[in-house]
Parts: sequence; structure tokens; C-alpha cells
Amino acid sequence: MHIEIKYFGMLAEVTGCSSEILELSVTPVSGLKEFLFKKHPGLQQKDFRIAQNQELVSEETMLTGQEIAILPPFAGG
Amino acid sequence: MSRYSRHIVLDEIGQAGQDKISAAKVLVIGAGGLGCPVLQYLVAAGIGKIGVVDYDTVDESNLQRQVLYNTASIGQKKVIAAKERLQQLNPTITIETYPEKLVSENVIEIFKDYDIIVDGTDNFSTRYLINDAAIILDKPLVYGAIFKFEGQVTVFNYKGGPSYRCLFPTPPQKGSVPNCSEIGVLGVLPGIIGTMQANEVLKIILGIGTPLSGKLYCFNTLTNQSMTIGINREEPTIAMVKQRGLNFENIEETTFCSNNAFEIGIESIISEDDIQFIDVRGLSEMPRIEREDILEIPLPQLTKRLELISRKKKIIIFCKSGIRSAQAVAILKEQNITNCWSLKDGVSAFTKALSKTT
Repeated sequence: MHIEIKYFGMLAEVTGCSSEILELSVTPVSGLKEFLFKKHPGLQQKDFRIAQNQELVSEETMLTGQEIAILPPFAGG
Repeated sequence: MSRYSRHIVLDEIGQAGQDKISAAKVLVIGAGGLGCPVLQYLVAAGIGKIGVVDYDTVDESNLQRQVLYNTASIGQKKVIAAKERLQQLNPTITIETYPEKLVSENVIEIFKDYDIIVDGTDNFSTRYLINDAAIILDKPLVYGAIFKFEGQVTVFNYKGGPSYRCLFPTPPQKGSVPNCSEIGVLGVLPGIIGTMQANEVLKIILGIGTPLSGKLYCFNTLTNQSMTIGINREEPTIAMVKQRGLNFENIEETTFCSNNAFEIGIESIISEDDIQFIDVRGLSEMPRIEREDILEIPLPQLTKRLELISRKKKIIIFCKSGIRSAQAVAILKEQNITNCWSLKDGVSAFTKALSKTT
């Protein structure tokens, strides 16, 4: 399935893009993470949460969504 | 009173709403990029009592975005310079200043006089302290955070809603997330995000509209794109904070900053008996290792499954790389399970050692 991944904050700098379209087989979120870690090894050193169709999801959640957001924490104020 | 006439004339606010604003007590932590617009609009709106916490002084490099200050303020305590300017804007309200660092020893005393807490700080340790204190005292927390050209706004701990730890359970590894002073920030960004925080404060006080509880609003100033992401309340996380109180700093600092204090290599344990291994990875993460002495408890469930964990054996926790297992060690140590260690290099160390012995 086609999935659009959006990277927020410093993660866009790590991956070199603010969004990309990926072709993925059906997998839980943990599988997506492994895929992303291979594609963008710099992500392994970063903390982030994943949202699918604008809801936070856990590692076990199956990917169904068209839109995935990868969110790092921000500290700035 | 003509000062507030443009609020009072609104049907949604009226004199009754303005009276609520006048009776409200709001604490703003951080008088920097976010704090300045929050303070300006809340003072202008006539919040009855406003507290400002900041131990910093005004630096010339702050003036690009911290719009309460001017060139003559350089070197002054921020809370002093801010109060002077804000009382000129509205002399009818009370402004309390706290020129000190917010720490676990003073946070409860400072928070208890206020109805709503606003987080405009610039570092994770204070953000987690504020979050936990807001949970313990059950006060709504209006959160804003910025990075370069992007900002986040949400309301935590509001009427049974989620907290910061429901979004990011523990502080990130130190150094993995830089702050504004290290990397720069677009000056108007905290203006936008801070003004949105002030808006959330007023909605909560007035009981109008829908506060951003359970929703993280993300905004990008360069693309004008925004996204609102749903966050669920994680009851075990909230319960853990209530139970342990504010003494988290040492535990998390130890885990995240020294990174190897409770780490152990596979070579030093492989010949030992009486070890209880815990795999804290998600159940779908490969490779799985099937051994009788391995408990499989994904990290988010750890606090709910404590009864499964032996108090007599040495506990060795592993995940993929050692980050989640370090968090698990911190969690268990808080529960007085002290003989526990994080396995260096995670599951791969385990599989390598097993392939040698078989």
C-alpha cells in the first residue's frame, strides 16, 4: 500500500525530506519503524512518536492509514 | 469599565465572563519567546493574578523575539523587566514574580496558588517537572513548544485528558534534541504559538469553545500547514506519576545522561544461573528468543505486570538497542526492584551469545 510519511521538526533534517511516499506491505507500526531505521539510520538516535491518520498509535497497531506523521518532542520556548 | 469593553460586548464573554477573567489566577513559567506573548495578552485581558517564573536575565539575542523587553532591559532580570512593562499595560492586576529556577523543592508551593499553569520553558527537565506537578495538583497545563520554524500547542491534564507523558513518556536522551539558543528560531514563531497558548487559557477560564485537550496542534510557519493529532490518556502513566511524586529527576537523569550506569554486557552474565530476563520490545519485534527464563513484557505494560517479576533473581532487561531497557531499569528501580540491569547491545548481544554456546 502507498503511505505518505510526514517528518516533523529535526526529523526532516535527519531524513532529508519533510515527506515521502512509501510502498509498504501490511505491517504493524514496529515493522514500519524497522523499515525507516534501515532507510534513514539517523532516526535510530532520535525519540519520536508515530501518528496514523492523525491519531497516536503504539508499536502493535497495524498500518492501515494513508497518512503517517513522525513527531519528535520539541523543547524550545 | 471601558478597558474590557471589547470583551464585555461579546455575547460569549459579557460582564460575567470578564468577572471570571478577573478572578482567575494563572502561572506562566518562562518569560522568554513563548512567555512574552502569553503574558502580554493575559495581562491585557485582565487576569486577576499572574505569576511569572524565570531566573534568567535579558540578553541582547533575546530581543529578536522576546517582545516585552527593549535594549535598556539587557542585563535585567526577566521577571523584573517583564513586570514593569506589564504593569504599565495593566496596573489593575496583580503580578507576582519568582526569579528562581523551578525545581522539585519549590514547584508545589508555587503552583498551589494558581488555577492554570502555562509552560513556556525551553528544556525537557523543567517540562517534565511541570507536567508531573500539574498531575499531582490536578491543574490544567497549557503547553507550547517550538523548534526553528515549527510549533506545538496543546492542553494537558484538563478534565481527565492526557498529560505530556501520554505523548512522550520519558525525556529524550540528552543532546538528541537541541534548544533555541543552540540552533536558532524564527522570531515570530513563539509569537504565534504563545498567542495560541493565551487563547487556550482564556477558553478554559471562560468555558467557551473547545480547549485543545487530547489534541496536539502542530504548525509550520514556512508552509502554513497545520496538523492536529489525537493523544489518548494513558492511565498507568498518570497513576505512576501520582504514586511516585516528583522524585523522578534523579532516576531519569541517571538513565538518560550517564547511559551506562545500569548497563551490563552479556559476557558477564552468560554463565550465571538465577537470572530472570525481561524482553521489553513490542511482541511483534523480531527476532524472538524462546527460553523459559525470558518474560515478554512490552515496555508500556511494565508497570501493570510487576507481579510477574521475581524479587529474588537478578533481572536482566533487553530490547533492541538498550534504550527502552534502560527506561525499564529506571521504572523497576522506582518500584524498589533494585537488582536489575539493562543488557548492552540488546537482543543482538543475546543472539550472538546463544549461537556461540550451541
